[in-house]
Amino acid sequence: MSDIALKTQLPSYLREWQHKIEEIARGHGLDFFPVVFEILGYDQMNEIAAYGGFPNRYPHWRFGMEYEQLSKSYEYGLSKIYEMVINSNPAYAYLLEGNSLTEQKLVMAHVIAHVDFFKNNFAFRATDLDASGRIDPVRRPENYDPNRKWIDKMANHGQRVRRIIERYGIQKVEEFIDDCLSLENLIDPHLPFAGTETSTVEDENVAIEVPRLRSKDYMDPFINPEEYLEAQRRKIEEARERQKRFPERPQRDVLLFLLNHAPLERWERDILEIIRTEAYYFLPQMQTKIMNEGWASYWHSKLMTEGILDASEIIDYADRNSSVLATSGGRLNPYKLGVELFRHIEERWDKGQFGREWEECDSLEMKRHWDMRLGLGRKKIFEVRALYNDVTFIDEFLTPEFCHEHKLFSFAWSNRNERYEIESREFKQIKDKLLFQLTNAGNPFIYVEDANFENRGELLLRHEHQGVDLRADWARETLRALVRMWKRPVSIQTVFDGKGTILRFDGREHTSRLFKAS
Amino acid sequence: MSLRIDQDHSRFRNIVRGKIRQNLRRYITHGELIGRKGKDVVSVPIPQIDIPRFRFADRQQGGVGQGDGEIGDPVGGGQEGDRSGQGKAGKDPGDHILEVDVTLEELAQILGEELELPDIEDKGKSKIATTKDRYTGIRRVGPESLRHFKRTYREALKRMIASGTFNPERPVVVPIPDDKRYRSWKTDVEPVANAVIIYMMDVSGSMGDEQKEIVRIESFWIDTWLKSQYKGLESRYIIHDAVAREVDRDTFFHTRESGGTMISSAYKLCLKIIEDNYPPEEWNIYPFHFSDGDNWSMDDTLTCVELLKHKILPKVNMFGYGQVESPYGSGQFIKDLRELFAKEEKLVTSEIRDKDAIVTSIKEFLGKGK
Repeated sequence: MSDIALKTQLPSYLREWQHKIEEIARGHGLDFFPVVFEILGYDQMNEIAAYGGFPNRYPHWRFGMEYEQLSKSYEYGLSKIYEMVINSNPAYAYLLEGNSLTEQKLVMAHVIAHVDFFKNNFAFRATDLDASGRIDPVRRPENYDPNRKWIDKMANHGQRVRRIIERYGIQKVEEFIDDCLSLENLIDPHLPFAGTETSTVEDENVAIEVPRLRSKDYMDPFINPEEYLEAQRRKIEEARERQKRFPERPQRDVLLFLLNHAPLERWERDILEIIRTEAYYFLPQMQTKIMNEGWASYWHSKLMTEGILDASEIIDYADRNSSVLATSGGRLNPYKLGVELFRHIEERWDKGQFGREWEECDSLEMKRHWDMRLGLGRKKIFEVRALYNDVTFIDEFLTPEFCHEHKLFSFAWSNRNERYEIESREFKQIKDKLLFQLTNAGNPFIYVEDANFENRGELLLRHEHQGVDLRADWARETLRALVRMWKRPVSIQTVFDGKGTILRFDGREHTSRLFKAS
Repeated sequence: MSLRIDQDHSRFRNIVRGKIRQNLRRYITHGELIGRKGKDVVSVPIPQIDIPRFRFADRQQGGVGQGDGEIGDPVGGGQEGDRSGQGKAGKDPGDHILEVDVTLEELAQILGEELELPDIEDKGKSKIATTKDRYTGIRRVGPESLRHFKRTYREALKRMIASGTFNPERPVVVPIPDDKRYRSWKTDVEPVANAVIIYMMDVSGSMGDEQKEIVRIESFWIDTWLKSQYKGLESRYIIHDAVAREVDRDTFFHTRESGGTMISSAYKLCLKIIEDNYPPEEWNIYPFHFSDGDNWSMDDTLTCVELLKHKILPKVNMFGYGQVESPYGSGQFIKDLRELFAKEEKLVTSEIRDKDAIVTSIKEFLGKGK
């Protein structure tokens, strides 16, 4: 970190602007961690962006791939990264060297709102390094100042992996990292808020009681013969044994399960743990993409137009702002969707367009002119930014009016025309599609079902099918990675074309068989 | 400045090139960025390796978009995740899309690494360079002939305004010696081509389109490699059947003639070009001859041998003879050359049976570092 921090100090005129912007932001009620701005040349920017915002990560080719894509699209003028901000405390943010002052101010305002979001949105509580036990998503301590030294944490990960590479060789370690990354998305977003599971171990010592038939004492040996009782007892014992499943309940954090139970070497365990930790770190950002960008865009336009800009900069600003919020080619822009939804909420709560009366009102005319002058909008959006994630945000605040006004549509693949086509402009369909995409950050629900599948020590995963199949070729490849960790055959139970299917890989060949859901 | 990412980047490049981690190769997809370079639309290929995961099948999933359009209208651009289709046609019909893949320099580097080609040893001759004067600056002293009229008067005007002697009513500007400004020059050293490739191709009736395609591909690679080795590189093209003539590049690759074959005619012309333009003390000379090996007569072959032995070989770095296989030719010429020049290092012969053999052939030609 230090070598970058040295060269990239913010020039004083930008520092002055930072103070000014922060002051205005605080005046509006934003509450953020201290922000450290650094200024980077485009190649450093591309580098750090390739590393997911961290100057120091473990070595891996995929960062190089990201870098190539970023720098190529920069070189051909297709895109450039204006800003980057890291969820940490203090927060780090990078400005691109050579941007105009107007652009830098815009970015700073945008970043500060992001940091406010990082600090206050419940999902990011999961990234507090000093959190212990179950995290309460709603309540948090007074003077909340969590430890989120993720820059150091990631740098430590880098060091650890480098040491392992020195010892075992890049090839071997990199292959293992690839396997881990194959499984990276198999984590449980609720786990940080569920706390450590206290397993209810049944007392195994409770004696097994075989029900006896009622009898007179002297008749007992005849009515309940000893041999029969013994046979019954054995039967019950066996049944109990069979019921003893492992894991007891299906487990969604596949990585944790492997960490605890797969026969891994120490260095492998170390790496798997690193990958899992980092996956949990990035998860809240995926869960709140629309909200986070919407919130930041809402505030940058508010702050910029109400205090930061002078008249000479307004055109420049409007130009930048419109390119950030542009939608092209029918694609949904999270910045745009987010900011418009926040504004929509603000307006509704300002005018009192909520609650039972509003819901039950049938007259479009009345609805159009509905204004109870409550002025609750600002308060509401602050509440929303703290307590929602993208799924709940869309679920609760996307309205038919909004869909209509912003021309949202759902699209689907047309087999006949071999292309994606607009499928519907019905509110329900749009909302369903959108929610489906956002749920579990767009990942399928996968559980560890049985670690002793068919009593052969094989691993069985289950895909909870919700209408969309898995990509079959990738599923098979992912099974390979699982087998390399589990060292025994691995199967996944899923549905293809409406038929229950079990895919299995035993280390040599893939098989699949139909399966009747019980 | 070297970046930390460089290591990761070169590792990624090596995976894409298939040098390491072959098991990852099957996950490579070739996406593209559509960019603009000046007026042209360029397609910038971006190879990508997707680590397989449990994911949803793209096509079933669909999504949500924003904008105008009726139900059933196509959605622009498809989904981001749908890059897997290889070699998708460009999305802006009517625009001509150029491929910008690796730069030629990169290509040569890959070629060199791939074929383990040695760097060429320069013949040790002094590099030729010309100097060129460019008028780029302004000085206060100089010959009157180089006086910069405008600048001089501007200086005079500045001085007069500053000293208050300028009268806008009567705007007369009179320079004094201190105002005079002169053009000055910088001498640039420009490297001049010091290597030449002379391509010769047999275009007699027996050379079909496929044979020419092979020659075209092979000469492209030779070009690329030699260009990476020499600062300036000239190319000359000769086609021949019974007579030889010099042509431009385009004609070279697209001519189809018929008639007999007199290889000596090409060699004579080649020799003439060398003698007229490229003194061997100063030039690295690379003649390459491609033919199907069916010469007119043994006499002519002997003439060729004489020419090679006494005139051409002493002057050149190497002489490459590539023989493509054709259904008509006897392919005798290469046998004759091999027999007669068994010990001659400068003469490199190579048989190119089909397109797949091009790689080996390039290696035969360039593998000696001449």
